[in-house]
Amino acid sequence: MVAIPSRHKSLVLLAGVIVLQVLMLAVQIKRDSEGRLIRAWTVGAVSPFERAGSYGFGSIRDAWRHYLALRNTAKENEQIRHENDALKLQISQLQGRAAEADRLAVLLNFRQAHAEVPMIAARVIGAGAGTASLTIELDRGERDGIRKNMGVITPDGVVGKVVEAYPNASQVLLLTDKDSGVGAMLADSRIQSPVGGQGEPLLAMKYVPNDDAVSVGEQVTTSGMDRIFPRDLPVGTVAEIKSGNPFKQIRIKPAAHLERLEEVLVLLSLRPLDMRKEENSGDAQPSTPGAASPPPTVRR
Amino acid sequence: MNYAFEIRGGESHIEVHKFRAGAIIIATLLALVIQASFPIHFAKAAVLDLPLIVTIYFGLSRRNPSTGLLLGMLIGLLQDSLSGPTVPLGLYGIAKTIIGYLASSIGGRLDTEHPAARFALTGAFFVAHQGLIVLTRRILLAQPEPWFNMHLVVAALVNGLVAVFLFLLLDRLRRN
Repeated sequence: MVAIPSRHKSLVLLAGVIVLQVLMLAVQIKRDSEGRLIRAWTVGAVSPFERAGSYGFGSIRDAWRHYLALRNTAKENEQIRHENDALKLQISQLQGRAAEADRLAVLLNFRQAHAEVPMIAARVIGAGAGTASLTIELDRGERDGIRKNMGVITPDGVVGKVVEAYPNASQVLLLTDKDSGVGAMLADSRIQSPVGGQGEPLLAMKYVPNDDAVSVGEQVTTSGMDRIFPRDLPVGTVAEIKSGNPFKQIRIKPAAHLERLEEVLVLLSLRPLDMRKEENSGDAQPSTPGAASPPPTVRR
Repeated sequence: MNYAFEIRGGESHIEVHKFRAGAIIIATLLALVIQASFPIHFAKAAVLDLPLIVTIYFGLSRRNPSTGLLLGMLIGLLQDSLSGPTVPLGLYGIAKTIIGYLASSIGGRLDTEHPAARFALTGAFFVAHQGLIVLTRRILLAQPEPWFNMHLVVAALVNGLVAVFLFLLLDRLRRN
């Protein structure tokens, strides 16, 4: 037998081991199933440790994330809170804009439905400074064609009339003010009577005789007799009826939401208008001077 | 053989280290388990090759080429077994056998106790190990793989750095 020098023994061993492994590789390439047993043993032996290791690492990681690495969490929390606040503000603004868009759409529809009536949309920019009178301030004035005593409405109903017109703003006396009034009539019975403010939320309908039948909930509309508002605009609904001497005491709930006005329409005419006629008869001849005038322009 | 002794060849003064009973087996198993588990939780840890670092450490410390290559083969084959069916048995085995042999041979000629030497040797062995794997894949398995990329350099540096600290821990397993 050939003796191998001791200094070459490890080299021979290396060569032998490498050759063995190369052969093993070659066998595996030829037959895929080879080596499966070795793998099964190894995996079987090591997997419990792997499982334990994985559990340990998972616990350490969780502990780190949930208990130790809270500095970033606090920062993130603060950042998310800021974002949340900003988003809340944004949502609030968007909701406000959506509501405004809805209101403007109603105004636009109303204006389009009454295209023959000259009117201008205005934004409510302020309210009366004192409690002595119930007024609001609009962002439009004389430069926009607004004059004193013009009627102010919303699609819901009558609001009041312009009491003061400035170049770029105007003041409106609300229907609920003590000095305010509108020519009105009961929609069903067609009984005419002025409706005036009392300095409180409900209006009063005067001069309805005790003999006339009036029911709670009946609609009250404009009569057109005041020569400010056209006929048949909603004024309100009958809320209370009491017998009086010689007239009934009738309280009217305003149709327009006077306590939360944001946009209104100003009727740009000091002449009487008849909305119903203009609405209903496209080819009918207008009976009022206002309606007889050339088709007015509608402006925003 | 239970205690550390010195080899005196010419002017060299090389110390051979012995380890506590079961230290090599436990360290090897731990390295394999951590290698298999760690990247699941920390994906970037996949750049580490702990079995290779253990192979290098024991090769450099034992300074016996036969022991080094056998340990390398064992660790490599276990790593192959744990790497799934896409890695044939022998791929890491061959590479780690050669690294184990080289580490043991070099460990007998150089002082490998200094951290800088450990860092440099581990980095170099890592590159050599990857080169052997690519060679095996290309020649024996006909699987074309690039020889070199920047990832290899970064991985070599990271493994070298980790090895410096890991070697200090493993030094504690030595018998005095």
